[in-house]
Amino acid sequence: MQFEVAPNVLVALGGLYVILVIASAWVGMLRWRAPQKDRTELVQRIRSWWIIVTLFTVAMVMSRTVLVIFFAFVSFLALKEYLSVVPTRRADRRVLFWAYLAIPVQYYWVAQAWYGMFIIFIPVYVFLMLPLRMVVIGETKEFLRAAGTLHWGIMTLVFGISHIAYLLVLPETKNPAAGGAGLVLFLVFLTQFNDVAQYIWGKMLGRHKIIPHVSPNKTWEGFLGGVATTTLLSIVSATWLTPLRIESAAVAGLLISVAGFIGDVTISALKRDIGLKDSGSMLPGHGGILDRIDSLTYTAPLFFHFVYYLYY
Amino acid sequence: MALLLRFLFYAVFIRSIVLIVLGLHVRHRERLPRHGPAIIVANHNSHLDTMVLMSLFPLRLLPKLHPVAAMDYFLSSSLFSWFTVKVVGILPIKRTIARGDDNPLAPCDRALAEGQMLIVFPEGSRGEPEQLQSFKGGIARLAESNPAVPVIPVFLHGLGKALPKGEALLVPFFCDIFVGERLLWTGDRRSYMRQLDERMRQLALEGNFPTWE
Repeated sequence: MQFEVAPNVLVALGGLYVILVIASAWVGMLRWRAPQKDRTELVQRIRSWWIIVTLFTVAMVMSRTVLVIFFAFVSFLALKEYLSVVPTRRADRRVLFWAYLAIPVQYYWVAQAWYGMFIIFIPVYVFLMLPLRMVVIGETKEFLRAAGTLHWGIMTLVFGISHIAYLLVLPETKNPAAGGAGLVLFLVFLTQFNDVAQYIWGKMLGRHKIIPHVSPNKTWEGFLGGVATTTLLSIVSATWLTPLRIESAAVAGLLISVAGFIGDVTISALKRDIGLKDSGSMLPGHGGILDRIDSLTYTAPLFFHFVYYLYY
Repeated sequence: MALLLRFLFYAVFIRSIVLIVLGLHVRHRERLPRHGPAIIVANHNSHLDTMVLMSLFPLRLLPKLHPVAAMDYFLSSSLFSWFTVKVVGILPIKRTIARGDDNPLAPCDRALAEGQMLIVFPEGSRGEPEQLQSFKGGIARLAESNPAVPVIPVFLHGLGKALPKGEALLVPFFCDIFVGERLLWTGDRRSYMRQLDERMRQLALEGNFPTWE
């Protein structure tokens, strides 16, 4: 067993467990104070977080490759959930199978740190080959809708999410304090923190609706409060986990908070289009996988290319 | 030996396919019976249907669970029938009856009397994927001769997309399983079938499924 996790990452992970313990204790206290109120969703939500963080820790301690496989599995679950809730064509069964095959191939480029293939495989090769496979089958009814639906899913849920995994294989020397795992923790934690911060600010001060047709509960106050809090947290934590200096940490915080919001409402628009509240029931208390990684579909590629441009 | 194979087949092979490659959304799981005798009734679109239904129950019930299946199809060769009867655990019955034959459902009655749990697909055979067919009447006969045995309707969706009839390539999809409330014997077969059909239609309406054509 190889054990090469940077000390800063271990401390940050420890911090995550402290937050989880506090959250669990807080819910326990709420239940003790007012036992008659139904808090199933909150309890399940925190329990799901425990499981996610534990799986992540175990994968990370085992090896970098296991962690890459972990994210490949996240892509698989997300794509499966997506293809199960959007309309698909019966004729495209084999095309969908090829789409699934894109996942191990894409993450293989990641594990090999083959940047050139990682960055063009899905936007170029998969984009061109899946319609070819569809044409060979020969069903033309709803062809454009089917090709578009499929490519949108693969781009966001496989290509987009695989950027998180590629952070792991960036050269460690550029970020000696925390390495690739530090960048992943920074990105994922800030993205999820931003979701929570926007929700809490919206609950406290929310008045002016920001995008009523897509997501009626989202407000300007929540959005701006989240942006401010997340940017602040980014500045505070960037030196611990990333090579970012203070100005670029501020930009990264802005980027993650704004992009996280866009990712969130994009998946909301998708769910509204097909008439769903939650995308699934994979994660008790959260809904489906898509409900949890919606913001990451935007923050992952944008944060990756920001850091990549500056340092790698 | 065969029972060991059955455990390995379901606990390792089938569960990893059903839970990882497919993934289930089960609604009203608490309505599943916890012991025999019981009859599980479901719509039928795929060979996966049986595998998914078997995976809903704890492994300790495995020796008691038997999918009721057509003798002509599943006992077609001696090796295949060893596999389906000993490993899969099917209870074979005759689909067509010649004059003078015994009651074709007698093996089911016997199994229920022994406290077994039967999985029955009253649509007869796997139909067009993702379309509910009307149920055949054998289930009413079974319920009539075993009025005290609970019948639990289960609606399955998505398995006909993952592995439809006539296809060998499995494509992953999340599948929905809606467990209904147990049915009581109504006193005559016709009203019983109406009640069962109605219960299945209601269960199907609980889902909000994307188009697939």
